[in-house]
Amino acid sequence: MHNKETLIQWLLATVALSAIAVLALIIIFIFKEGSPVIARLGLAKFITGTKWSPTRGMFGILPMILGSVWVTLGALLIGVPMGLATAIFLAEMAPPGASRILKFAIQLLAGIPSVVFGFIGLVILVPFIRQWIGGPGFSVLAAAIVLGIMILPTIVSVCYDVFKAVPEAYREGMLALGATRWQTIKMVVLPAAKSGIIAAVILGMGRAIGETMAVIMVAGNATKIPVSPLEPVRTLTSNIALEMGYAIGEHREALFATGIVLFIIIALLNTLARIVARSEKV
Amino acid sequence: MSEKKNIIINVQGGGSSAGARAVLSEVAEVGMLSRELQGDEKALIPTIIAYDAIAIIVHPLNPSCNLDITEIRSIFAGEITNWSEVGGNARKIHIVAREEGSGTRGAFDEIIMGETEVAPGAIVQDSNGAVREIIAGDPSAIGYLSLGLVDKRVKAMAISGVLPSVDTVTEKTYKLVRPMILATLENPGKETRDFISFCLSEKAREILAREGLVPVAPTAAGRSPKPDHDK
Repeated sequence: MHNKETLIQWLLATVALSAIAVLALIIIFIFKEGSPVIARLGLAKFITGTKWSPTRGMFGILPMILGSVWVTLGALLIGVPMGLATAIFLAEMAPPGASRILKFAIQLLAGIPSVVFGFIGLVILVPFIRQWIGGPGFSVLAAAIVLGIMILPTIVSVCYDVFKAVPEAYREGMLALGATRWQTIKMVVLPAAKSGIIAAVILGMGRAIGETMAVIMVAGNATKIPVSPLEPVRTLTSNIALEMGYAIGEHREALFATGIVLFIIIALLNTLARIVARSEKV
Repeated sequence: MSEKKNIIINVQGGGSSAGARAVLSEVAEVGMLSRELQGDEKALIPTIIAYDAIAIIVHPLNPSCNLDITEIRSIFAGEITNWSEVGGNARKIHIVAREEGSGTRGAFDEIIMGETEVAPGAIVQDSNGAVREIIAGDPSAIGYLSLGLVDKRVKAMAISGVLPSVDTVTEKTYKLVRPMILATLENPGKETRDFISFCLSEKAREILAREGLVPVAPTAAGRSPKPDHDK
C-alpha cells in the first residue's frame, strides 16, 4: 500500500518535471541556435541596429523591437479602457442575467482563433483605414486595433475576478455613508483592485506582444521604424514567422536570436506580473 | 518517355535555398529552385525545365501601364514615391515586396534591383496570394508575382513596352524572367536521370504550360541543352 503510494508520487513528479524539462530544452535550443550570431555581431549592434537585410548580412532588429512596443502600447490603449469598463459593468452594475450572457460572449471571444481576427482585420479594417484615414491601411493602427480586441477577454476576466474579490462589506460601508454607486466604484472598488488591474494589463501585454498570425496579416511587415501610426510595421514575432520558411545559415541564426530577445522580454513581463500580483496579497 | 507507376517521389517544400541545400548535403537527389544557382550552389548541375515570368502588377484602375527597369528600381528603392513622377495620377506609391529569402524576391532583386536595396518602408507579404490581394484592393499599390498567378483583379505592367506573356518570354524580350531549375549532383542515379528526362518530355511540358510556366524548347530526350546561363 505504502509502496504503491510512493510509486504514484514519483510518477506524478516525473510528469511534472518533464513539463519543466521541455521548457528548459526550448530555452537551451533557442540560445544555442541564436547566440552565435549575437556573439559575432555584438549584442548592442544586434538590438540597436536599424537595418534588417539578411541576404546582405545586415541584422539590426531595432525596427522590430520598436514595432512590437508601438503595436503593444496601441493595443493596451484600446483594450485596457474597454476591458476595464466592461469588467466594472459586469461586476458592479449589470443585472445577473445580462452579466451571464455578456460573460459568455467574452469567453467566446477568447476562443476565436487569431487567424480569424487577422482575416477580419485584413478584409474590413485595412481597407477602411486606407480609404478613410490614409496610408496603405496596413499599419500600426490596424495591428493595435486587432490586438486591442484580442486582449479584451484576458483583461475583462482578470479584472472581473479582482472586482468580485473586493469584500462586499466595503461597498456596504460606502453605501451606508451615503455614497452613490459610482462614488463607491471610484473611491473603494478601483483602489482596492489596483494591483489586480495592473496584473491584468501586464498579462494582456504579454498576449499582445506574443501574437503573430493576426499581426502579420494586418501590420504590413515593413522593416522601417514607423514614424506615424498609419505606417506599416513589423513586430519581433512577425519577423520570425515571415522569414523562417526560407531562412538558412546566418539568416536562420538571426531569427533564433530574434526569438531570444522576444523570450527575454516576455520573461521580464511575466516576472513583473507575478511581483505585482503578489504585492496585492500583502 | 514512359510513365511509371511504381516510383515514389517524396516532395518537400521550403524554398529554393532549401532545395539546393538538401542536394548539397545529399539529403535529396533533386532540388527544385525558382532562381539561378548562386554561391556554393554552383557546384550543382542545373537543368532548366521551364521559365517563369515575374509580372509587375498594379490595380486595374491605375492608368499607368508601362515602366522601364530604371523606373521600377527607383520605385522599389523608394526614390520615386508618387505615381505622377512616372506619368500617372498624383497618388502616393505603396510598394509591396516579398519577404527576404523567397525565390521570387531573389529573382526580382537580382534582375531589377541589382545593388540597390528595396526600401525598408515597403509592405512585405509572405505569399503571392497575399501580394495579389493587396494590389487588388489598393489603387496606389505596386507589387510583383508569378505570371501564372495574375488574374483579372490585377493588371500586369509592360516593362519597356513589353508585356509579360508566353511569347515574350520565349522570345526573351520580356526581361523579368527566372528559370525553374532541377539541381542535382554530378552523375545522378538512374531514377534521377529518368525523372529529369520526364520533366523535359512533351507530357511534362503540357503540365508546366497549364500551370502558367513557359517550358523550355523541345530537345531530344535526355539532359537539357547545355546549362543555359544567359539572361
